[in-house]
Amino acid sequence: MWKWLHPYAKTENAYQLCKTLQPYFWGVAVVALVVGTIWGLAFAPQDYQQGDSFRIIYIHVPSAILSMSTYVAMAVAALVGMVWQWRTAFMAMIAMAPIGAVMTFIALFTGAAWGKPMWGAWWVWDARLTSELILLFLYLGVIALYSAFEDKQQAGKAAGVMALVGVVNVPIIHYSVEWWNTLHQGATISKFDKPSIAPEMLWPLLLNLLGFAAFIAAVTVMRLRNEIVRREIQRPWVVELAQQELGGRNAV
Amino acid sequence: MQFDSWQAFLSMGGYALYVWLSFGVTFIAMLAIAWGSARQHTQLMQQVLKERARRARIRQARQNEPVQTAGLDAK
Repeated sequence: MWKWLHPYAKTENAYQLCKTLQPYFWGVAVVALVVGTIWGLAFAPQDYQQGDSFRIIYIHVPSAILSMSTYVAMAVAALVGMVWQWRTAFMAMIAMAPIGAVMTFIALFTGAAWGKPMWGAWWVWDARLTSELILLFLYLGVIALYSAFEDKQQAGKAAGVMALVGVVNVPIIHYSVEWWNTLHQGATISKFDKPSIAPEMLWPLLLNLLGFAAFIAAVTVMRLRNEIVRREIQRPWVVELAQQELGGRNAV
Repeated sequence: MQFDSWQAFLSMGGYALYVWLSFGVTFIAMLAIAWGSARQHTQLMQQVLKERARRARIRQARQNEPVQTAGLDAK
């Protein structure tokens, strides 16, 4: 059933797949983000309580949801790497960590800029905010641990263990608004119920969610290609690739 | 369009600072990681050729000093 996946354990095939997918991800990301953002900023109706400040939702919610999804994806890659001994999976793991950290940073930053006018404080030590901050530290921890090892296979295993242990934080973030009495509001769209948001406000939000997801995918495949080249720097196919890409200008 | 004028759009109903700060920082952060990843790619590609040239030089140097190599091998 999973046999079609096996050729992609080979770095050369994984590299080619990333190269093929990259333009599609970029295309979806740019179109969805431009349309979603303009729609959300200028055409979506005002919130009856929060006025125009609610428009921060169009970047805050997608980045927050996807910061968690990216973490889960990273942990799955780490698990695959450890169980099936795929070095390519560890490369995928470390390719996702920086963009996940950026998403977490965006979620925290826009949350602060939204919290100031609505709650009167940039930051409160609330369950949702604190657990999201821990997510950022987990991402940074994975990156730091990976770069601390000279042997990248060892690095992948060590950082992979950290990524896997950190998964426990994801449900904590998601349910923090239910488990604890927090200042942060409850889920608007990510729940098993009808979204508690008007459709005119929801559509641009879903578009931006798609756009952010495609952006993360695009950056991930870019970084995975980089990681593959870095690890396979002496391989003939990489040398050939570099010669093709740089052409005559770096002929040695 | 929810706003009557550009002025109204830019002032965001009095929340201009927070809304534009959020969107601005997000844009810069996303641009930075995308640009950084693309730049890394170009640098790596140059490094690949540099490494190859280095390996070729080392091979060349070994071939040009057969006497010393032979002496070491004899020991």
